[in-house]
Parts: sequence; structure tokens; C-alpha cells
Amino acid sequence: MKFMLIMRATDAGVEAFKDLPFEQVIEAMGKYNESMIKAGVLVAGEGLTDAAEGFVVDFSAEKPLITDGPYGETKELFNGFWIVEVSSREEAAEWASRAPLGAGSFLEVRRVTGVEDFPADNEWIEKEAGWREEAAQRAQQ
Amino acid sequence: MDASANSETARSAPDDGSAERAVAAVWRIESARIVGALTRIVGDFGLAEDLAQEALVDALRQWPVDGVPRNAGAWLTAVAKRKAIDGWRRAERLDARVALLAHDLEREQAEAPDLPWDPDAVDDDVLRLIFIACHPVLSREAQVALTLRVVGGLSSEEIARAFLVPTATVQQRIVRAKKTLAAAHAPFEVPPREEHTERLGAILGVLYLIFNEAHAASSGPDWMRPELSDEAVRLARVLAALMPREPEVHGLLALMELTAARFAARVDRNGDPVLLADQDRRRWDRGRITRGRASLATADALGRGRGAYCLQAAIAECHAVAASVGDTDWDRIVLLYEALGRIAPSPVVELNRAAAVAMATGPASALRIVDRLGESGALRGYHLLPATRGELLRRLGREEEARSEFLVAAGLAGNDRERSLLERKALGAEK
Repeated sequence: MKFMLIMRATDAGVEAFKDLPFEQVIEAMGKYNESMIKAGVLVAGEGLTDAAEGFVVDFSAEKPLITDGPYGETKELFNGFWIVEVSSREEAAEWASRAPLGAGSFLEVRRVTGVEDFPADNEWIEKEAGWREEAAQRAQQ
Repeated sequence: MDASANSETARSAPDDGSAERAVAAVWRIESARIVGALTRIVGDFGLAEDLAQEALVDALRQWPVDGVPRNAGAWLTAVAKRKAIDGWRRAERLDARVALLAHDLEREQAEAPDLPWDPDAVDDDVLRLIFIACHPVLSREAQVALTLRVVGGLSSEEIARAFLVPTATVQQRIVRAKKTLAAAHAPFEVPPREEHTERLGAILGVLYLIFNEAHAASSGPDWMRPELSDEAVRLARVLAALMPREPEVHGLLALMELTAARFAARVDRNGDPVLLADQDRRRWDRGRITRGRASLATADALGRGRGAYCLQAAIAECHAVAASVGDTDWDRIVLLYEALGRIAPSPVVELNRAAAVAMATGPASALRIVDRLGESGALRGYHLLPATRGELLRRLGREEEARSEFLVAAGLAGNDRERSLLERKALGAEK
């Protein structure tokens, strides 16, 4: 099963990170990533640039509204993620707790949905099956 | 036994069995490194495995009470080392090795309790461990059990459940395997260059067997066992990280990812098998396809040509990138099967080549290949031979013969789900 480790940090956490020597941060992250690669569990992972460079698309109104920067009321910023493929929730927790993060940082751990989470008798999948059957019958005529 | 080494506790442990599961999780992550390091230190793979298991028992007793230590792998290794020293003291073998081990243990705890692993040494240990678990003096069954247990960190119960055998059988296999390795004086080493291809071939064979056992259970009620296939993929990733210059390791990983990408589409909502032609390709796992293709590209980029696993991965890639059976590049698949049949001749490959020829050229020429195979007797008792023959005969309009072939195939199928699919096919031919 796959889990996403979602990195979030408060403003204080982000500031604390900026005080650390860049080399040290890179080395710690590199080692962490390497340990997950060598254990065969890391499926994907990305870090994100400063939230100030980003923008938000708001769907509250009829027409989606784009505003610069992070969303106003956010208490914590989303900074990056890892996706690990492991055998249990506890294994995901163990990997998450090994991340080189400090005070003000959080990892939210969420299971990634798979095809098995969606019913095979979904309307669209039913339709697809119907189309296939019709096509097959036409082919035989 | 005092096991307080490095017992800084970081996480509290609610009393609901979650601590036991947390121990199992740590074990999955750390067991290969622990057993590997211990084998190097005590010089005996069997003893190292016993010590590691004893340390695990201590952890299962202590962690639910005290919490999981912050550096759990180091804790387990330290406990195992102390048990080694105690054992030798009891046996009055107070030789230089005991002194060295005791010294190591003290120094480690004094100097760097949080940094016990020298990454390069650990990598070498894990690679040696994989080689010894798949040593050619062992039977294939023993190699599989040992690999899952010491490299994968699975319990004997988990292995037994996965292979539908009693736990005692797995335990016996492991005990016997350790005795065999000791009797053969199997060295704990990465084999010399000249033995590399053959020894690596054995490892890849073991991993692929674990994967295949998972995705087409040859007996019993279940068609697939995804947990086991995930473990095989994980072990292949571990090996790819340890041996990045070996194209066939990446080829095997690519083959597994590309095959596993189709798992969700291989059964319908009743759990019955769905043939490739009828699969809903939107249910294929795009992430796995991307990763599989990337691994195959990594193998190709090494510039040493394609071996048997890379060729099979390339065939799986042809399916993975096609929008439908009709859009599939069957000519290319036939070529790839021809190449595969030359470097790794096998009647099963020949049968698959026939199925590809049927799509590329037509059922008549494919039937000639299948009939030659049938006459050779090489696949006697293999249900997919009459099943394939049945498909070809049906396409040629020879319904009566097709029906009887499907019935023969159904009688030979070991898997309940496959049998019922074949029986339905036999009925379908009656129309």
C-alpha cells in the first residue's frame, strides 16, 4: 500500500529551517531519501519552492478566481511530499518519524487510493463494458 | 537479559497491539541490515540469524512497555551482539573474537549510539546477505524462504500464509537451509566476478519466483496475492540500488512493475480472471508503467544489450503503451519473443510466441507452432497449451475442436478461478 507523507510547516518552522546551513539540510534530506531508496520503498517525492511564488485557484465563485501567494487563512504551508510503498500503516509511520525535520514541522501521512478503492461497478465502468459488448456484437454481424 | 542499550525512547506506546505492529514494521525495515552486520561480525550466518531473532523477541517484550527506541536498528543489533558475547562466555570460548566484539559494543555505545551504520559497509552486508540467501547449494524453496525471512523481514507465519504451507514447514526449510549453508562452508561474500552472472541469475530467479507466485497462484482459491508481489518488487528495488550497473536487475524490476501495473484489471468484481484483450486499460496503474519503463530505459542505457528479463520487460512495455489489443505492435512482440527464445529457450516462451504470431500474422501459422509444441510433449499437463490451442481453433472456426481443447485445459488448471473461466469458454464455443 502507498502512503503520502505530506510535509507541512508553520511560519516559525519555515523560518527555523532557513537558519540552518543549506549544506546541512541538503545532506540530511539526501541521506533520508537514500535510505528509503535503498529500502526499496520510495516511489516519488518532490519539494516545493517558496509559497510566495505560488498562486491559489479559488472555486468558491462561479468562475475560478486566481490569487497570488499562499491562501490567506492557512496556518501551515505545504512544502513537499514523499510517496512510500510499504506493507503497513506502522511502516509508513516508522519512515515518517525518521524524516530530518524539526520543531514547527509536521508530516501528515495519508494512504494513497488505489483502483481497489473504487467500486468496479461504477457507472462509467459499467458504460464502458456496455460499449464493449455492443462493439463486439457489431463486429460479429 | 539487560537490553537497555541506547534506550532513548521517543514514541509512547498505547496498549492496543499497535506496539507489536510497530516492532514488525521496524523489523521489515531493519532486518536485512541487522542480520547482514551480525553475520559479518560473528562470522556465521546461521548464528547471526538466531541472534537477530532472539533480539526481536526481546523487542517484542520490551517495546510495548517502554516504547520504540529512537534508533531501533541499533538497539536490536546491540542486543544481538550482547547475546553473542553471553553465548560464547557460556561456552567458555573466550577467544579474541569475543574480546573484539565486546570492545566494539562498548565503543559503539560510548561514541555514537545514534550513528551505528556505516552506509557503505551496510550496503555490502545486505548484498552479501542476498547472495548467501540465494546460494546455489540451497533448494529453490529454501532460497525463497530464506530471502523473504532475512532480507524481506517477513515472519515464518507470513511466509507460510503466502505460500499456503504450514508454518512448521517454513521453519524446517529455514533451519535446514542454515545447516546446509554451514555444511557447505558457504562464504559471506559477494562472489568473484567470474561467478557473478550465474550467482546473480539465481537471485533474480528467486525474486521473480516470489513475484510470480503472487500474481498467478498455481493452486488454491486465490488468483493473486498482492502483498507478496509488492514485497518482490521492493526486494528488486533494493537490489537495483545495490547493483546499479547490472542491466538485468533493472530489467527484472521493469518487468515486475509493468506486469503489476495490470493487476487491478486482471480480475473482475467477482474476482474472476480477465484476459488481456478484455481488460479495462484505464485500470492499469500508470505510475507503475512509468516506473517500469524508466527502469527498462536505465537498463538499456548501460549499453550491454538486453538479457532475458529486459526482453520480457520490453514485451510487457509493448502492451503497456498500447491503447488496445488492436493497437498493439504485435510484429515487435514476435521479434522480442524470438530473441527471448534464442537466449532463454523454453516451451512456455514458444507458446507465448505462438499467441503473438496469431495476432501479428493470423491463427493458422500460430496453430502450427502450437501443434509442434504439443508433439514435442514438452508442455504435457500444462493447461495453457490446450487453452491457447482452443483460442486458435475458435478463431479458425473449428468450434467443436476448440470446445474439447478448453475442456482439457479446464481439467488441467490448478487454480479454481482459471478453471471456471476455461469451463465458461468451453460453453461459449457451443453457440
